[in-house]
Amino acid sequence: MLTAHGIIKSFPGVMALKGVSLEVGRGEVVSLIGENGAGKSTLMKILSGIQNPDEGEVEMEGKSLSAASVTEAQTAGLALIHQELNLADNLSVGANIFLGREPCRFGWIDQKKIRQESAKYLSKVGLKVPPETLLSELSLGQQQLVEIAKALSTRAKIIIMDEPSSSLSQGEVEMLFEVIRELRKGGISVIYISHRLAEVQELSDRVVVFRDGENAGELGPEEMSHEAMVRLMVGRDVSQLYQRTAHDLGETALAVNGLRTQANPYEEVNLELRAGEIVGIAGLVGAGRSEVLEAIFGMTPAVAGKVHSELPKSPREAMAMGLAFVPEDRKAKGLILDLNVEQNTSLASLGENAKGPFVNRSHEVALCEEMTEALAIKTPGPWQKARFLSGGNQQKIILAKWLALSPSVLLLDEPTRGVDIGSKEEIYQLMEKFAREGMAILFVSSELEEIMGMADRVLVMREGRLNGALDRSQFSEQAIMDLATKTQS
Amino acid sequence: MKKFLGILVTLVLLYILTSIIGDNFLSAYNQEQLLKRTALYGLLAIGVSFVIITGGIDLSIGSVVCLVGCGVPWLITQHQWPPVMAVIAAFLVAMMIGLWHGFLITKVKLQPFVVTLCGLLMYRGATRGFTEDKTQGFGITHSELRELATGKLQLTEQFGLPVPFLLLLIAGAFAWIFLNKTVWGRYLFALGNNEEAARLSGIHTDRMVTLSYVICSSLAALGGLLFILDGNSAQPSDFGNFYELYAIAAAVLGGCSLRGGSGTVIGVVIGAAVMQVLKNMINLADWLKSHLEFLVVGGVLLVAVIADELVKRRVRK
Repeated sequence: MLTAHGIIKSFPGVMALKGVSLEVGRGEVVSLIGENGAGKSTLMKILSGIQNPDEGEVEMEGKSLSAASVTEAQTAGLALIHQELNLADNLSVGANIFLGREPCRFGWIDQKKIRQESAKYLSKVGLKVPPETLLSELSLGQQQLVEIAKALSTRAKIIIMDEPSSSLSQGEVEMLFEVIRELRKGGISVIYISHRLAEVQELSDRVVVFRDGENAGELGPEEMSHEAMVRLMVGRDVSQLYQRTAHDLGETALAVNGLRTQANPYEEVNLELRAGEIVGIAGLVGAGRSEVLEAIFGMTPAVAGKVHSELPKSPREAMAMGLAFVPEDRKAKGLILDLNVEQNTSLASLGENAKGPFVNRSHEVALCEEMTEALAIKTPGPWQKARFLSGGNQQKIILAKWLALSPSVLLLDEPTRGVDIGSKEEIYQLMEKFAREGMAILFVSSELEEIMGMADRVLVMREGRLNGALDRSQFSEQAIMDLATKTQS
Repeated sequence: MKKFLGILVTLVLLYILTSIIGDNFLSAYNQEQLLKRTALYGLLAIGVSFVIITGGIDLSIGSVVCLVGCGVPWLITQHQWPPVMAVIAAFLVAMMIGLWHGFLITKVKLQPFVVTLCGLLMYRGATRGFTEDKTQGFGITHSELRELATGKLQLTEQFGLPVPFLLLLIAGAFAWIFLNKTVWGRYLFALGNNEEAARLSGIHTDRMVTLSYVICSSLAALGGLLFILDGNSAQPSDFGNFYELYAIAAAVLGGCSLRGGSGTVIGVVIGAAVMQVLKNMINLADWLKSHLEFLVVGGVLLVAVIADELVKRRVRK
């Protein structure tokens, strides 16, 4: 029904898709998996008309969609449900379903028709709420179902779901699966993108694996073992990707006591890291993981609590304690995109190395040379604007910026988001190297493989609370997901 | 060089064009006046470019020019303050204004446009209040003080460099060193580009933004002082009117992006010169009515900005 063939798409500094293909049949549930940066989201944006490919063909039932707009893709029967839902929570459920396509009578919105039609689509997705309900009164899982109802109301034949389960509880995920199976019976296809391999196994008719913007392979129902999927995603043995060696831990490097973040002011977070230790924080999207890192770094100061003996109220204060932080959104918060590699590298340590009020140029040049070599940053030169580097190299520049201050604790939020597999491996090797040299690393990740591969210990958060901790010997996808979605008794 | 080459070429072309169509353009007197006017507006433009580099804007410059330009002669002639004290007071008030703007923008989190728009109205209103809307000036007194604006460094028998132009060179040199050689200059560019990332790198972004407004108001005060010393007569109701717009226009012509994060001192000064050559051209050319000045200036500015945008787009591809 849908074929995408030889799709190529590049962005400044990176080729996101290097000629990928994808086919979806009628009533088929196809899962699309791949590591961060493999090109899944880019392809989905192309299919739904948000972006157009540089080269390649997209066809839906024989009709070309290669240069389609969002509306054209929608008319052809493609609907995309974003990870962060695109709904207006100040409007009713019915109004959301018909947003932008309101049925009218004599120029006025036909409220009665909205109610009747919405009720019909809501019943199809098994959501038993009246269409007048305000969206904000629904849970995230229910809102997801509203999105699906909305997709159905556009007569979608293929629904693309981008990480639909990343913020849902276990019960809600089961509800979602039930709806997807119903859709399949009704001849509607689903492209399901997820990091959760267990879900993929349970749900899909076929799995397509992307790696670094290319097709890495396909697996039928019988071949969908966890190992097979990971091998295709990573392209080598996992043990090679995540190389950890045992080494002795030092003194306490980070002690957080009674930290109450602005997002979850009624939950206290306590944690401790020893020098040389790598600790991961797992949990669903929205569980409050990033907020904890941001509070520790003083970026969004906590309501109460202590990091060591005081509460950092600004990044500057946290830096004085030896902390460094690599944020999740590197373009918005990590880099100065229009400054060059050299200037970005020296930014945090510029004041410390200054000669009076003047920038110490010779130190800056030397620092950049040293870091470019130590972290293998690929850039045509120190003069290149950070904007034009690939995700992996941008991430390394942010690391370099902090290394210049020799921090004792490194906080990383999704350290490999949007990074190709080669850079990913390098970032893991760097994390291991820093830990061996005595740095304590606390990182948040939504990729269970990464958490289990890199961490000595995992803290799992659920609804703003540290719901449990697992040692390396206790690691399993199931154990982490249980802690992420269920209340601990 | 790359960054201000376009505007430099524009200046040279306009200069040649004007020298052809205007008979007296190349006369020593006219050249001196041109340099002096470029200097006065150039000082304002350098000031506002600091603010624009942080991604902000200052609309109150013209009113600060008015406040200082009327306030200093008012203090000296009507309240018998010693000139030195009056000048110091003027600069202190201007710095307080800059601090106040910075406080409202960084701590109360108001938008720069709104804060300085209120300033534009208030400082002129206050000036008209305390001067009772009467014209201010030094009359025939204090000619030694007025030398600061009217004096010149005689190079040949006819031609001399006006003192304000020398002041522009000094202020420009300081601004250039500040922006390109000091840590603070780097911080200004960084935060103008991405304030959040700059803050996360440990930069006191609030202090730096406030500093830029203090510099801007202080240079506006210097400009205001030189304008009154030169002109010797200021009506509180219109002295300095629209000067902020001339300053902003010069900064934009000189390569400052209103989005923040870019700009060069040399470009901005050339931008100020372009504006003055244009004005001069309109005054000298008989077939151009001088009340069409705004139309021409606005049109040239628009063409320059469009050309700049097109060039940038091509470079990006």
